[in-house]
Amino acid sequence: MTVNEKELAERVIEISGVNTRKCMKCGKCSGTCPSYDEMEYHPHQFVSMVEKGQIKKLMESKSLWTCLSCFACIERCPRSVEPAKLIEAVRLCVIRQQGANHMKACSVPDSIDENMPQQAIVSAFRKYSK
Amino acid sequence: MQRIGVFVCWCGSNIAGTVDVEKVASSVAGEPGVVFTTNYQYMCSEGGQGMIRRAIKEHGLTGIVVCSCSPRMHEATFRKTAQAAGLNPYMVEIANIREQCSWIHKDKDEGTEKAVILAKAAIAKLNLNKPLTAGESNVTKRALVIGGGIAGIQTALDIADAGYEVDIVEKSPTIGGRMAQLDKTFPTLDCAACILTPKMVDAAASDKINLYTYSEVEAVSGFVGNFKVKIKKKPRYVNSELCSGCGVCTEKCPSRKAPNEFNMGLNNRGAIYIPFAQAIPNVPVIDPEQCIKLKTGKCGLCEKNCTAKAIDFTQKEEIIEREYGAIVAATGYRPISLENFDEFGYAHNKDVITSLELERLMNAAGPTKGVLLRPSDGEHPHEIVFIQCVGSRDTSGCGKPYCSKICCMYTAKHAMMIRDKYPDTKVHVFYIDVRTPGKNFDEFYRRAVEEYGVDYIKGMVGKVAEKDGKLLVQGSDLISNEQVHIEADLVVLAAAIEPDPSVRNIATMLTASIDTNNFLTEAHPKLRPVESPTAGVFLSGVCQGPKDIPETVAQASAAAAKVIGLLSKDKLTGNPCVAHSDELLCNGCSQCACVCPYGAIDYIDKEVNDHGKREVRRIASVNEAVCQGCGACTVTCPSGAMDLKGFTTRQIMAEVDAICR
Repeated sequence: MTVNEKELAERVIEISGVNTRKCMKCGKCSGTCPSYDEMEYHPHQFVSMVEKGQIKKLMESKSLWTCLSCFACIERCPRSVEPAKLIEAVRLCVIRQQGANHMKACSVPDSIDENMPQQAIVSAFRKYSK
Repeated sequence: MQRIGVFVCWCGSNIAGTVDVEKVASSVAGEPGVVFTTNYQYMCSEGGQGMIRRAIKEHGLTGIVVCSCSPRMHEATFRKTAQAAGLNPYMVEIANIREQCSWIHKDKDEGTEKAVILAKAAIAKLNLNKPLTAGESNVTKRALVIGGGIAGIQTALDIADAGYEVDIVEKSPTIGGRMAQLDKTFPTLDCAACILTPKMVDAAASDKINLYTYSEVEAVSGFVGNFKVKIKKKPRYVNSELCSGCGVCTEKCPSRKAPNEFNMGLNNRGAIYIPFAQAIPNVPVIDPEQCIKLKTGKCGLCEKNCTAKAIDFTQKEEIIEREYGAIVAATGYRPISLENFDEFGYAHNKDVITSLELERLMNAAGPTKGVLLRPSDGEHPHEIVFIQCVGSRDTSGCGKPYCSKICCMYTAKHAMMIRDKYPDTKVHVFYIDVRTPGKNFDEFYRRAVEEYGVDYIKGMVGKVAEKDGKLLVQGSDLISNEQVHIEADLVVLAAAIEPDPSVRNIATMLTASIDTNNFLTEAHPKLRPVESPTAGVFLSGVCQGPKDIPETVAQASAAAAKVIGLLSKDKLTGNPCVAHSDELLCNGCSQCACVCPYGAIDYIDKEVNDHGKREVRRIASVNEAVCQGCGACTVTCPSGAMDLKGFTTRQIMAEVDAICR
């Protein structure tokens, strides 16, 4: 783990308030996750990757944005580890980087489909032009 | 004036590593009464004890202070040493400079300073010590076992075998407990009833064992060797003397709405019922909540059909008072309620069952006569999912933080038995860890995998949903890193176990301590595992912690050995550190009697001579055989009349003064 990654891991722990050491690796979070198949890294892997300090890999992963934040993993974790809070914390680490959005404002129009609400399109322009 | 010797122990490096023992010995040499100080590597060794004995004789010591480990470890040792040299054993004080000093300090100067202070406090107390003599009490040669499961039965059989009388109090209508509900037992797969019922019969046939079934312990007073117990015998409404156990009444009873507890509510029973065929005693009971006659006055079909004229609707609750020398708690367990685990759909889905329910479904005497059928539609299940650790190892507050210990093995047993009986059935087991320590246990689990092809999946189930009569099980497979979806016919939950809720009340009556999970606490987790910290109270079976049948039986026999050891004594030496009241200060207010947990305080009218004025006063009188020396009365007494021998207010204040000096 490089110094920078260690700092990142500490920041994720601080933002989320999660104690990854409480995890007993039962996999109930991943067993319950409704968007499991959309994810490259699954909820239980999130916990162990944060524990190992592999935050950059997580920040670069698409799975960060496929989590629905339904909190089923938080609700059902028998050890109160709260994986969704870790995902949220890693998202914040990404958002807080200047110019590190995963897409540009100019690519928003290509992503629009007809079912997308107006408000989401406006928000996307506002967010990705920063 | 006392002549005090101070002996400072090194305990190898345990104390000497953090405390300057020589400095401790030299620093207290000038304390009042101290005439001799020394230090030695192992004061508890024969050499150390010899040194103490010699010093007592050579220096004419009247009391000794040993600066060593906790008094719980070696106070008894040093008291015997002092006694051997002619001192009263209560002229010994221990300054705990290990647990309270060297083990918790890192800095040697700080550790030494504290050790000196603790030694000075002990010296100050010893200066006020008086020789004390312990009284003796008799031992009632009869034991009480609370709970008639395999733990209670085994304990009672062993005690009876040694020639002592035992009473078993069982709250349900029959002895046998949880084990009677089981189908087969791991790791040998012998039938539970086949190995349990001979023991039940032995217990019933023994002339030393007396069974109080359908009875509960109502109150306990007294102390080790002399407990007085009130037992409430609930009315069976059937005369046990007359009943022949033919069972006609149970067939004729028209009330059929009560869930059958023995079958975990999988079918119903009558208002008059015998829990199972081999029940002991084989006498039915009438459930007053369900009986039409008792509720409305009409019916009485059982009475009309009973040729033995055994039905007696006028029976009343009976209170029996008995005396015992020892009490064994064997109150057992139950599976936890699954209301906090909605994700598995236990409440809404008949085909989501607990493992104990599966035992009944597999049992030849169960509701399906041993044929495995789905509760919802009576069909054979072809795909079965077992979920382990439901509510065990759960620190979220929904379940229990501990491992229930028995589930890995019984799930392997169930999986194997199903694959053996119904080879066309697919069986999956979701597990977090497979924990199978025990003789032939891991081999047993591996047989389930290797010989019977049970599919063990490392991961947990997230949810169970119903769709078109199937149960959709969604879980994770952590080894292949994928989410699995199984369409199951039956889902079996290995529910955590918890102590039977009756244990809380019983623990209060016995003044036996329980832990945060309601398991009874043992006197020492390693060295006194079957004794409660309360003298004369012993622990047997799951009431002390989760355990399987082999372990339960071993612990039951161990508890019996302890009881036999106690009952074989004719006299018990009491604790001389008991409360007594100063009759000139006592105003008879009764506050001490109200707080006394042992009922040791009575009131007497006594003529006292108060500075020449003679009058009859109501004053507190302590029964020294019953008093346990807890000191609750001494802190409650508003006039300061109550004091504890060996721990008088003056002695304690002298210690405080020495520490603050």
